[in-house]
Amino acid sequence: MKKNKSSMSQLEQVLKSGRFAITSELNPPDSADPEDVNRAAMILAGFCDGINAVDASGANCHMSSMSICALLTRVGYEPVYQISCRDRNRIAIQGDILGAAAMGVRNLLCITGDDVSAGDQPGAKPVFDFDSIQLLRTAQMMRDERVFLSGRKITSELPLFLGAAANPFVLPYDWRPKRLAKKIAAGAQFIQTQYCFDVERFREYMRQVRDMGLHEQVYILVGVGPLRSYRAANFMRTKVPGIVIPDEIMDRVKKTPKERQQAEGKKICVEIIQQVREIEGVAGVHIMAYRQEELVTEIVQEAGLLPRR
Amino acid sequence: MVLEWIYDLTYALLKPFKKFLKPNSFAEKAMISIEKVGKGVVFDCQMCGQCILHSTGMVCSMNCPKNLRNGPCGGVRLNGHCEVKPEQTCVWVKIYEGSLASPKYGSEIMWIQPPVDRTLQDSSSWVNLLHGIDQKMKTVWQTQDEKDALEPIFRGSNEKE
Repeated sequence: MKKNKSSMSQLEQVLKSGRFAITSELNPPDSADPEDVNRAAMILAGFCDGINAVDASGANCHMSSMSICALLTRVGYEPVYQISCRDRNRIAIQGDILGAAAMGVRNLLCITGDDVSAGDQPGAKPVFDFDSIQLLRTAQMMRDERVFLSGRKITSELPLFLGAAANPFVLPYDWRPKRLAKKIAAGAQFIQTQYCFDVERFREYMRQVRDMGLHEQVYILVGVGPLRSYRAANFMRTKVPGIVIPDEIMDRVKKTPKERQQAEGKKICVEIIQQVREIEGVAGVHIMAYRQEELVTEIVQEAGLLPRR
Repeated sequence: MVLEWIYDLTYALLKPFKKFLKPNSFAEKAMISIEKVGKGVVFDCQMCGQCILHSTGMVCSMNCPKNLRNGPCGGVRLNGHCEVKPEQTCVWVKIYEGSLASPKYGSEIMWIQPPVDRTLQDSSSWVNLLHGIDQKMKTVWQTQDEKDALEPIFRGSNEKE
């Protein structure tokens, strides 16, 4: 791994120590009640090395990622601040990065973001002033050179651990490891992948990643999550951009009686964690359990990832 | 690829006329019309004024609905179509194929392209290129060393397969 000044990120410390890392996602509330955030965070903080504060994922409006980070850092939790390029231009984003670091945020996840058309307000103006790689490079430049894009100086340290997303499950397959190389060059130190349901595809991706030596330059956390029901799986598969669920898994959930589908979804998730954990170059898992946070504890336990500390 | 050859030829033809092709000149206005029509018909050019066509497999990346200049997003559909416009093939799927078919500049797809300078919209990309106006960032965005290190990755892993 490249030698960087310590970001004081707990997530970075865990990854550097070689322990299998766990991050998870906090479902952003549709409320102005801080307790909604605290309650969800309390469940996750017990075993997570980082809690993702998502930035209007799926282009649906929720409490903003910046404010969730503010609430999390107040109580000493470790947020992963997601910034998408969809809603803000370069001026807003650079300011937010400084503000987040000032609040004690140490992990940044730079993503392009789903298009506005994926959400419930498709008439909104898509910004995309940056793409994810330009955002990464800008954050890297702000941290390492201590300048804004304009060249104007930043007058303090900016300790940040920089992350990016990767989706090994969509076309062009051969391009995906090369894109990873580009993201690493642009500043990515850790990766959280899209939901992995196709372990074989992921294995092939990791083979290419290892051939290129990229697994030694970046920490890869595999995205996983429980399917709640056949209906939910079908929705994710057809309506959420970038999620690929193989037919075998769809069939397996479909064949299960309705009342046991959630349990089956959890079982599949546990199996996938156990499989990807064995793949060389995998540094951890990123568990996304949309509206099923209570399940994350069980998943971690059943996948044999406890005790954590 | 023929388009690479045309790019080189155009550059060679225009270079001697650099001092006539000044920004905001009548000559630039003429160039803008030529580019709008020529590149418009062939590439569906969006007149960003900072053309990187030869680095993107001779496919215009500004036609990506998210204006991505460094690669495809994670929303590409299973049939290779766009997340935002399901009826069209992902621009970056075409760019990747175009780059593989471009022996001379194809590996420039690995360059880290800087953010778009929106002030150059609707100006002449050739004039901007000749006068270095399209690269006037005040910070070092990407070093030549980094470009040189990234480029071989593009073809490297393909040969293994």
